Amino acid sequence: MAVKSLETIHPLDRYLRLDRIPTMYCPGCGIGIALGAVFRALDRRIREGVIDPHKVVWVGGIGCSSRATLYVNYDAAHVIHGRAIAFATGVVLSNPELRVVVIGGDGDIAGIGGNHLIHAAKRNIDMVVVMITNFVYAMTGGQVAPTTPVGAKTTTTPYGNPEPPLNVIKLVASLNANYVARASITTPHYIENFFYKALGMKGFRFIEIVSTCPEVHGRHIGLRDPVEMYNALKKRVKYKQKVSIEEADISWEEGIVIGEFVERNEPSYLELLGKVYTK
Amino acid sequence: MATIHQIRLILKSVLAVDSASITAPISQYLLKRWGSVKKTFTSGNIAVAEGAITAGLKFYAGYPITPSSEIMEYLAEKLPKLGGVVIQMEDEIASINAVVGASWAGVKAMTATSGPGFSLIAEAMGLAVITETPIVVVNVMRAGPSTGVPTKTSQSDVLQARWLAHGDYIIPCYAPWSVQEAYDLTIKAFNTAELLRTPVVLLSDAVIAHLWEPLTIYDEGEVTIINRKVPKTEEKVLPYKPDPDLVPPMPVFGRGFKTLVESLIHDERGYYAPRDDSYKALLMRLHLKILKRLDYIFDYEAYYCDEECEYAVVSYGSTARVAYLATLELRKRGYKVCMLRLKTLWPLDTERLRKACRASKIIVVENNIGKIYMDIDRIYRDREVYSAPLLSLELPSLREAVEVVSTWL
Repeated sequence: MAVKSLETIHPLDRYLRLDRIPTMYCPGCGIGIALGAVFRALDRRIREGVIDPHKVVWVGGIGCSSRATLYVNYDAAHVIHGRAIAFATGVVLSNPELRVVVIGGDGDIAGIGGNHLIHAAKRNIDMVVVMITNFVYAMTGGQVAPTTPVGAKTTTTPYGNPEPPLNVIKLVASLNANYVARASITTPHYIENFFYKALGMKGFRFIEIVSTCPEVHGRHIGLRDPVEMYNALKKRVKYKQKVSIEEADISWEEGIVIGEFVERNEPSYLELLGKVYTK
Repeated sequence: MATIHQIRLILKSVLAVDSASITAPISQYLLKRWGSVKKTFTSGNIAVAEGAITAGLKFYAGYPITPSSEIMEYLAEKLPKLGGVVIQMEDEIASINAVVGASWAGVKAMTATSGPGFSLIAEAMGLAVITETPIVVVNVMRAGPSTGVPTKTSQSDVLQARWLAHGDYIIPCYAPWSVQEAYDLTIKAFNTAELLRTPVVLLSDAVIAHLWEPLTIYDEGEVTIINRKVPKTEEKVLPYKPDPDLVPPMPVFGRGFKTLVESLIHDERGYYAPRDDSYKALLMRLHLKILKRLDYIFDYEAYYCDEECEYAVVSYGSTARVAYLATLELRKRGYKVCMLRLKTLWPLDTERLRKACRASKIIVVENNIGKIYMDIDRIYRDREVYSAPLLSLELPSLREAVEVVSTWL
């Protein structure tokens, strides 16, 4: 079977539940690229001995991106829409040895789960949150999302989106997160580098990955073809080494700046909790 | 806060002592009755917190809400000294999800709330059911709907406790009637959760929460504490493959099990299985694992039910305290009345309840519009069953209870 031969050809296969491959992702979906880059970073950290794979827990809510938790060959939880960060908070506080990675889309993390995101970042709680932004609610068929650009047509904004988008990078950067970065599926090496760096840090670490959804987003904005949509995103993405938070706006007209917006070494929630509890 | 008069009434009902002996100062009386070792005088909310500590609680997440807040305040002080963690979350939704996460990280976890917060907990109650996560949720009932009366009592959440979330399921629910029972049933709630890998509801109310009574706290070894089964080896663990008791050992995080905690309908591996056979198999097992242990879960107390009685009063929780006094009063007046007090509200054991009393007329006394009545009516379908609702923001008075029961005599 195809699955058997995959096992022998890809070095990251051991991180996947191969009996669940192929995934449910549509052709042209960016999540596979994002997940591959994240795996490569994790693999490096595991090889370095920084991370014990038995202590890694993946947590996802509901949505295409959260669905990655079904495919990873680790302890994982595929929980309720928007509640992954809240669930993860209980996990990390009950067993601080565990390394928790939360993965989800912009709707799950910043829409329905927005309040949990704010408070986890405010607490600087020890977890890495990977938010894959595809600008729509994809799993339910392409409805307007918190990140949808103003004017964009979606299945629930057929006359164009009247709402300006939520800038999640600015939101999280305004709180106490130790790390805030943005990459794009058109720059998988930055996804890998940022995630690699995040794994070596403490506190709340947030990485936004700008992605493509030709199937239920691209088709409504004239980019139905996966390659066309990928190229349209690639053209707009610009990496900046010293990037300021003022440059974090996502603009289809003026471009999308990626880079590391926040890097701090403030005490994490677990450290602060340890301090107050030992008083 | 209970008045001295209320405390006397309570002592009379719970300890079955005559009124003469409690004319002496309460403190002297209690000292004589309970001694000083491991005995304390405290509230129902503190008793719940102490019960959780005795049961082995290590993680508490909550959000302040009257009349449950003392549980979190008390644990926030105590639990860190015992190696546990207490966190005040951004809302009850976050609290309950953190509690489910904590349980999967391998510790005993709990949250406590009241009506409006209990409504927010609905979503993750379903998650705990389908992922078979042992947790305890305390609902200190207050008057509703909506914000209702935060500081006053009610028993209007009994059906919400049964079917809080969407979907088909059964979960156990206990309702204490005294401070000591708040402690005892909290321990039993944890034991049930761990034994059956299920969420369990402890249904207290504003009266029990702020009632002060004597409490005996058990030392280690004085009470049975049940801990969840965990797979022995990490080889080929199927997180939802049950043992003969229909309960799968729980492959908690961090031990190499590669567990998948799945909120979708799943097979034994935890893989999404949107098929009729998997759906039926999972749903039936989730029901049967609870019903199979009805002998352990279901509990009640019967008073005078061994006598030939015409009437039986059925009640539970704080209202049962007054219903009990009313039963005594009516017996004094010559009526042949016995009483059944439910300690377990869900699931009810039809067979045992039917055998428990032979009265031909059953009167259900509860502080709501008549909710448990619907099931009691079903259970005693061949007898006359009457609803005696007491819509009262305070603990109903003895006079009110006698009046409402007398309507049916």
